[in-house]
Amino acid sequence: MKNERGQRHNYVERGVTVGFLTDPTLCIGCKACEVACKEWNDVPSDGGARAAIGSRSYDHSGDLGASTWRHVKFVETETEEGLPRWLFLSDVCKHCERAGCLEACPTGAIWRTEVGSVLVDDDRCNGCGYCVVSCPFGVIDRRGRPTAEIIGSIAGTAPSSGSSEAVAGEGGAFKCTLCYDRQVEGKIPACANACPTDSIMFGPLVDLKEYAQVRVETLHQRGVTDAVLYDGQEGNVNGIHAMSVLVGGSVGDAAGDAADLWGQPSNPTAPYAYLAASWSSALLTVVLSAVACWLAFVL
Amino acid sequence: MKTRSRDAQRPDCARSVCPYCAVGCGQLVYHRDGKVTSIEGDPESPINAGTLCPKGSASKELVTHEGRLIWAKVRRPGASEWERIPLEQAMDEIAERTWASRNRNWVDRDADTGERIGHTTAVAHLGGATLDNEENYLIKKLFTAGLGMVAVSNQARI
Amino acid sequence: MAEAHPVGFRWVMKAKERGTKVIHVDPRFSRTSAQADLWMPIRAGGDLAFLGGLISIVLKEKAYFAEYVEAYTNAGALVHEDYQGPDDLGGLFSGWNAESYDTSTWQLERDADGVLVRDPTMEHARCVLQVLKRHFARYTPSMVEEIAGVPEQRLRAVADHLIAASGPVKTAAICYAVGWTQHSKGVQIIRAAAILQLLLGNVGRPGGGLMALRGHASIQGSTDIPTLYDILPGYLKMPRGGVGETTLDGWCATHQPRTGWWANSRRYMVSLLKAYYGEKATHANDYGFGLLPRVTKDHSHFHYWLEMADGGIEGLFLMGQNPSVGAQNGRLERKALAQLDWLVVRDLVEIESATFWKDGPEIERGELVTEDVKTEVYLLPAAAHVEKAGTFTQTQRMLQWREQAVEPRADQRSEAWFVHQLALRLQAMARAESDSSNATADRDAALLSLDWWYPEVEHGAIKGEPQTEAVLAEINGWRTVDRQAGRAAETQPGAVCALDRENHVHHGPQVAGFSELNDDGSTACGCWIYSGVYGPDGVNRAYRREPVGRYGHGWGYAWPMDRRILYNRASARPDGKPWSKGKALVWWDDSLGQWTGHDVPDFPVDKRPDTAADLNGEGVAAHPGDAPFLMQDDGLGQLFVPEGLVDGPLPTHYEPLESPLANALYAQQSDPAAGRFDRPDNLFADLGDRRFPYVLTTYRLTEHHTAGGMSRTLSRLSELQPELFVEISFELAGELQIEDGDWVTVVNLRSAVEARALVTRRMMPLRMGSQDGKPRVVHQVAMPFHWGSSGPNRGDVVNDLIPLSSEPNVSIHESKALLCDVVPGRRPGDRELLQWLEQRYPELEIARTGGVANVGHGARSASDDASEELV
Repeated sequence: MKNERGQRHNYVERGVTVGFLTDPTLCIGCKACEVACKEWNDVPSDGGARAAIGSRSYDHSGDLGASTWRHVKFVETETEEGLPRWLFLSDVCKHCERAGCLEACPTGAIWRTEVGSVLVDDDRCNGCGYCVVSCPFGVIDRRGRPTAEIIGSIAGTAPSSGSSEAVAGEGGAFKCTLCYDRQVEGKIPACANACPTDSIMFGPLVDLKEYAQVRVETLHQRGVTDAVLYDGQEGNVNGIHAMSVLVGGSVGDAAGDAADLWGQPSNPTAPYAYLAASWSSALLTVVLSAVACWLAFVL
Repeated sequence: MKTRSRDAQRPDCARSVCPYCAVGCGQLVYHRDGKVTSIEGDPESPINAGTLCPKGSASKELVTHEGRLIWAKVRRPGASEWERIPLEQAMDEIAERTWASRNRNWVDRDADTGERIGHTTAVAHLGGATLDNEENYLIKKLFTAGLGMVAVSNQARI
Repeated sequence: MAEAHPVGFRWVMKAKERGTKVIHVDPRFSRTSAQADLWMPIRAGGDLAFLGGLISIVLKEKAYFAEYVEAYTNAGALVHEDYQGPDDLGGLFSGWNAESYDTSTWQLERDADGVLVRDPTMEHARCVLQVLKRHFARYTPSMVEEIAGVPEQRLRAVADHLIAASGPVKTAAICYAVGWTQHSKGVQIIRAAAILQLLLGNVGRPGGGLMALRGHASIQGSTDIPTLYDILPGYLKMPRGGVGETTLDGWCATHQPRTGWWANSRRYMVSLLKAYYGEKATHANDYGFGLLPRVTKDHSHFHYWLEMADGGIEGLFLMGQNPSVGAQNGRLERKALAQLDWLVVRDLVEIESATFWKDGPEIERGELVTEDVKTEVYLLPAAAHVEKAGTFTQTQRMLQWREQAVEPRADQRSEAWFVHQLALRLQAMARAESDSSNATADRDAALLSLDWWYPEVEHGAIKGEPQTEAVLAEINGWRTVDRQAGRAAETQPGAVCALDRENHVHHGPQVAGFSELNDDGSTACGCWIYSGVYGPDGVNRAYRREPVGRYGHGWGYAWPMDRRILYNRASARPDGKPWSKGKALVWWDDSLGQWTGHDVPDFPVDKRPDTAADLNGEGVAAHPGDAPFLMQDDGLGQLFVPEGLVDGPLPTHYEPLESPLANALYAQQSDPAAGRFDRPDNLFADLGDRRFPYVLTTYRLTEHHTAGGMSRTLSRLSELQPELFVEISFELAGELQIEDGDWVTVVNLRSAVEARALVTRRMMPLRMGSQDGKPRVVHQVAMPFHWGSSGPNRGDVVNDLIPLSSEPNVSIHESKALLCDVVPGRRPGDRELLQWLEQRYPELEIARTGGVANVGHGARSASDDASEELV
């Protein structure tokens, strides 16, 4: 499987569900994905907080958020021999099969596209933030004004330190669009397009799933025994469209340790699970109340 | 099912090369109304196969950002601020200063042996590794072969 | 490689996926190490010992590719009887005369016909292979550990990988960057790697080689067509004064050997002079050879900058370089700018080198006072890469043409426009003077002879832009014509941009390549190695975009003659057959009677492999059919280099100019020929100076580019690496009680810079042998160098810590291995910094070297003290 750069696909036309597979064993932590994403989508700068150094290694973007749609996480650890081990993983919105954000959105601003991605319609978003608390991965967020000292305001795309200037789209909810506009044009997303080492793979989800199984097995054969596939099959999102190979966890562990290491929920659960339970208990209460009333009436 | 895009042949797309390191990644520069709208890797390049690193991916900002210089400026001796100067006037003044400094410090012959030296060391040049070959060629031709400047140097002294 | 050339590393990752082993040697664990199979931490400055250790293993275990070495290198040649090496002479080679080397004892024995005497058994005691064995015998594993901090089992592992990956069916490549070159012995480090690759048979073969990963878009181009003082386009030597190079014959006597490719030097020089001086270059006037200025000393960057610091330079053109941040000893660099009468800066943004008089650190520190700085500064906006058409030459010697996408705005102009407009003005001034006095001053003869014919193009509002295709055609070369006779209608087929600005026919058809260049004035060529890029078919090969085959032919143009792998004759056995099927590149096809294959043969195409050397032949005709290294006099790979290097025919380890350790090999501490520029404002720490216990090395980050003018100014990149930091090991941080994220000050005899501490296990203390019965530990700290004092993303200038120095062969500085101290906390503010430094290190005497007392109240005009020494 390979990234089809320079060719036109017709996944939108044909309604093919597409997604990502991100493979840290191929990642060099260059952050081309972060830059290419921001350049294509005109996402304002939000990172670059000074003194964010240290335990975060070379990571100054922090986390996924309203203005960070791709984020490379850096993990410094060590090998059994006591030598450094430096791991990188480019994280992104998972475009869940059953998306908490989408189900929580009261205005219908979040919708599922022909290629199975989950998209926020800026014009219809009223900034209520229900989606924010409904994402088990902490991906979607409302765009606010940065509080830390931000570098890079010269380009006019970024707010300066303690800025009182409005940020484009301030208050609205934002996240990865899977470059829907590029999908319409038949081009692969900007991040996968830029990725120098093809650590980010884009394509039809069924192909990616098949490829992912083979990849993990190959890695095991090569001695990368801690490689596991993170595909969101646990929990209640019914699978994710942006899968990852994870490394760095305990060998044989399904995805638990590794998920912890990379800050991913091992059991991604959207609140609609609780909603369902709430609705059940509410219904039960109604029924019991009705029964009680009836009994009271009868008796 | 898939078709070759051939974006490179669109009239609003120029085939270029990344200006950062020396790997030489091909770039497609999309433009509209005289402005760059997007820069991506050239998928047909055997060097980068359409990919770009973070610097290459930031090339659109490099050429469009508001911090770029657009007007010629001069700082007069002892002044504490820049002042704008018409470009043609700046060129005239630079030519005059070059002419005067060179002539004032011209070494025609070695004082002891009388051998022709024909150079000046009082006007110098630095830079070139980010410029085009054609530009470096013109620099060397004018500065060294024409003006006799020998203090010509750049980043490439490995 | 992943850090500074991420897309180049794409192919390493692809190879790794197919089973290639990747070894990374670096003082710090970088993003490259993260994807390497083996990371080799090393003491910065110990590289040559490490390579020496590998060479020693290869020789001792006879693991070299014997057939290749015997046939294709000078391993069997006999070294002069009186040659002595560092083992015999305490670290020197024979011929040292306290300042430089006399190379007479480095010569190889030749018979009466001048042919190398070679011992095919390579067992003669004086043959190069045996000399090599003895020379590298001292680089034992324990010595390597002591010098480089590489333990024996890890050295062994690297050697095993390399040996296993070399031979007839496999090849190994070595990639390097300035981590190897920016040393006081940088050239010899590369030489050591070249020896290793020649011994393993990894040169001229696919998947092999020694590859320089260069750091600017056209830095290769700027050496090929140099803006450097000592060479002319195509690596022709600039004529020097005082050594008999007054005439073309005199120059040829030194620079045109009888054998090897450089036997063509005269053709290339005459053709260049015809390109420079056009019809004014005639047989009668030695083709204008006398018009070229003479080089009288080292006029490279640091050498002339020191003159500038002392008031000896009046004007400077700064075109796409920011020495205030990017050059070494930034304090000295910036203060020197204040000694100029005038300065022209051309760049994309307002770089620090343009504003030193206004907001540079020296203004804040009181070392310079704005009103007293008499420098007149012109700041001209440059056009960016998408706003002009032209070629870059990338790191594999490939020229790629860029289309112009958009027009530059307002006063933004290309360098081509600037130089062209300057040339027109200066020529007019010279003409006016010559007309008014009815005589041409000697000094203006060259300027008035210069063939500045370039046709102009109009781009929107921009007028007077020279046509860069015309310049590329001149670089390619053409047949000359009688200009005055020709008119527009008479342009010859195959001549691109054939008309000058007055519509006269300027030249004939382009030549197809350098083999067509002559020394009789019938051809002109601006850079012989590029000849062929724009041939008589009018095809701009730098602009080809149809790659075919596995080497990318059809995409761009790799000099020379589109050969993608140099010396590729070595990819075949002496009899002309490939060493193995998998590694076939070019081979002799008997039925065709020529060399053929996947690449353009880097060899006379119809020269049979069994051709005997022609004793009377000139150029490559003097070589036999199995001598692949055709640039060399003997056609052989030079394991031992008798001529061309000024600091030894073989590489040997010397300590950096600043080192915590005495040279473990011999008494000679550092490269004796290296230049130090000892002066009060460029001090070095002596060996054993315990005030500077740590090794400092510098590097680039993926997210930034050199001095930052193209990266610190961008929001996208700045937010990814917003501030300067220093990488420190857990162990050293513990000793210094520094926490991750703390401010620290890195200080040495040049300056002090503050940075955040990045405490990381990716830096590891090295255990290097033992001292007084205890293990000896060396701590290293590492800093990226992209920050400066202006723009939206500011930080201290790391290059302020690096002294000016000069590698003896190419004048590069040593910035990868230095000494420093690390002090917890921020440095004192600018006002107090100098005093603080002086109190710590009394020898600095800052006031004496241009501090407050001197310049601040001096109000001197820079030009007035041109000859005055600073006191």
